Amino acid sequence: MSAAAEPVGLVARILPFSAVDGPGNRAVVFLQGCDFDCSYCHNPETRAACSGCGACLAACPAGALADSGAGLPPRWDQARCRDCGACAAACALGSSPRARRLSVGELLGEIERYRPFLRGITVSGGECTLQPDFLAALLEASRARGLPGLVDTNGGSPLAARPRILAAAEGFMLDVKAWDPAEHRALTGADNAPVLENLRFLAGRGALFEVRTVLALRGGGPGGGETGGAQEGAFDLEGTVRETARVLARAGSRARYRLIRYRPYGVRAARAATLAEPDPALAERLAELARREGAAEVFVS
Amino acid sequence: MDPVLDTIRDTTLTYRQKVSALARLGEERSAPLRISPALQALRDAGIVCDLNEGPAPYRPRYILPDYAAYLRRGSAFLRVEPPKDLLEAIFALLGIYRHVPSITGYPVWIGDLDALLEPFVEADPAALGPDGELSPSADKAVRLFMEQIDRDNPDSFCHADLGPRSTAVGRAILRHQRGAGRAVPNLSLRYDPAVTPDAFAEAAAACALETAKPSFANHPRFEAEFAALGLAPYAIASCYNGLPIGGGSLTLVRLNLARLAGRALPAPTGAAADLGAFLAGPLAEAVAATLAYIDERCRFLLGESGFFASSFLASEGLVSRSRFTAMFGLVGLAELANALAGAAPGSADRFGRGGAADEIGQRVLAGIDRLVAAHRVPGLEAAGGRALLHAQVGIDSDSGVSPGCRVPIGEEPPLHEQLLRSAPLHAPFVAGAGDVFAFEPTAKSNPGQIVDAVKGFFASGGRYFSCYAADSDVVRVTGYLVKRSEVEKLRRGEAVANGATVLGKGAFDNLRVLDRAVRK
Ligand code: SF4
Ligand code: SF4
Repeated sequence: MSAAAEPVGLVARILPFSAVDGPGNRAVVFLQGCDFDCSYCHNPETRAACSGCGACLAACPAGALADSGAGLPPRWDQARCRDCGACAAACALGSSPRARRLSVGELLGEIERYRPFLRGITVSGGECTLQPDFLAALLEASRARGLPGLVDTNGGSPLAARPRILAAAEGFMLDVKAWDPAEHRALTGADNAPVLENLRFLAGRGALFEVRTVLALRGGGPGGGETGGAQEGAFDLEGTVRETARVLARAGSRARYRLIRYRPYGVRAARAATLAEPDPALAERLAELARREGAAEVFVS
Repeated sequence: MDPVLDTIRDTTLTYRQKVSALARLGEERSAPLRISPALQALRDAGIVCDLNEGPAPYRPRYILPDYAAYLRRGSAFLRVEPPKDLLEAIFALLGIYRHVPSITGYPVWIGDLDALLEPFVEADPAALGPDGELSPSADKAVRLFMEQIDRDNPDSFCHADLGPRSTAVGRAILRHQRGAGRAVPNLSLRYDPAVTPDAFAEAAAACALETAKPSFANHPRFEAEFAALGLAPYAIASCYNGLPIGGGSLTLVRLNLARLAGRALPAPTGAAADLGAFLAGPLAEAVAATLAYIDERCRFLLGESGFFASSFLASEGLVSRSRFTAMFGLVGLAELANALAGAAPGSADRFGRGGAADEIGQRVLAGIDRLVAAHRVPGLEAAGGRALLHAQVGIDSDSGVSPGCRVPIGEEPPLHEQLLRSAPLHAPFVAGAGDVFAFEPTAKSNPGQIVDAVKGFFASGGRYFSCYAADSDVVRVTGYLVKRSEVEKLRRGEAVANGATVLGKGAFDNLRVLDRAVRK
């Protein structure tokens, strides 16, 4: 295979060490681009592709960005970058000039020196399944180097149709953001039918490592759903947690179910105003509910 | 000012602490060591320091009795018969600890507890349950044993070892340490990825996140090095001191490189050109003075103190003269390297950033290693008389001096970079070097992360790894452990049993221990 034929991916960021993205210590690869628009997204700059408009050039205080001309993404000087985030904040599209086109070999080369410390990799995003060929090639090559890969997905693309990814992945981490379709649409702008289909499909195959639900309340005033019940205007957290736990229990899945208390850090200000943090007691009650419904291992974080 | 009366009247000291302080005042009335004016000047400047060992040494600093031999043979001096079951073994051990001398009066090593006790469990069908874990009565005996160790030895330098095998006793000890919130004993897991099962290592990591112990020792590395010196088997004592079992170390004298930097360099200058001159000049002189002090302390201990003629540990063969080494400690490599590199705070050349200061630090270390390895301490039999290097953790009064070869608190690079850069620096410290990492409390849900980091660290040459979660009450100060809640008591003027709490308070104040970078 010639070098030119090696798949190339659009990579938002590589985190060489992570303790919160699967078992053990893992390198996390964030791919650029996402088809959901979640209110509580913590890295909204990984969603859109860069149009090359150049609006971020002036925002950089470190001179790390240079015009590429011809509507191409700016050239980013990694050595100069101070990781301040000003460029992404200046981008009207919700993109970042720091995403890089990397081949599988280049990407794995960047984490090679950390290999003795790693149990595997986790491919996240953005939404990594939107670059299916690159994702599959990355998982295969990484596994060949002794680093099996977990896939962290929003579940928006049916994985039953992706046999190569299924075969190459060590397991999957899936977000179930809301059980109710209207609520899911309100939170993410997307339909949840494929997500629930993926949940059932992956749970049935024993391929789920972790399922996650972000526990967020509707913001802006009292009555915003503090009870967690299905009251008017509130998110039906109870319903989401209960139904998700039931699917896991019915499939005999050993997946861990992680309930993540929403926190506003890194969330776009306009969107953060639509949400509120749940109190720890509510999170614990929902965890208890998930356990009662038969989820194997439930965590609150 | 009468130091004796001041000690007697001090309401923050317990009775035992007063006795040991008064004994020290008595010792100070004598000055049998021959100390040259040049050495004295370096001691006065805080460049060479015996770390509170006292002016008239009457016992080796670190004693690691051969407890396995003691359990096999008993002791005529203590009137202890060889124990026949677990309970007898536990009582035999509790009976000998108070007879093991040290600087603090408490033993710095109380044994490889799982290896010592497991044979008694294996020999007694009633001690093991059907699940392969200790039976309720054996488990209770081990729990009470650990509690009694904590009560009898309120001293954070009291150290026990576990591993490398996973045993029922070892697993029980980890279980009881979790949630017990005890600073004593300090614990090391002698970790060998080829022998220690992942589940046992993860249990140790989970325990460490909650209680700041055990730490992980690179067992294959220590084992091979001590075998090569003819000093196997080894154990980890005190903070993280690798030393021969059945012996130990007569003394630990340290060289404060940070102070040497401030004193010997005329000005922070372009480093590379001066480095050779510095290594051959001020550094070589200070190393020679430190070695001369080690020589003198060993001469007195071996030749005049009468320790080996009078101690039952020696006459009953639980320690032997030929297994005592001497330790050459150093602190402040980071500060010296930064000064020599002319690396201002925040610059990419700072020690720990992979730039100029790192390179200089390596060369300084290699220079010290060569000088120490070439020296022979007269009369010292172990390792042919060679002193062993030790990355000393510092003392409570140190300020602006980083332990051993560590990166200063507040300047730590990301975890993965620190592990990679620190590992090679551990290499020359046969008698111990270690790094401490504070983790986010969320790490508790993934102790496998710690084990992975340890595996990589050891595969890269690292020697010793300690960690705790940022919300834990027991905190590793530099090498020893203290409880935050006890330090608070001391701040309120109340007496606390553990003498190391006083050191911990000093270190919290001077070394910014609580400001250590918290790892996600
Ligand atoms: S990152 Fe955004 S602002 Fe910068 S060039 Fe691309 S689209 Fe324009
Ligand atoms: S994060 Fe963006 S704006 Fe900030 S220094 Fe880096 S490239 Fe420049």
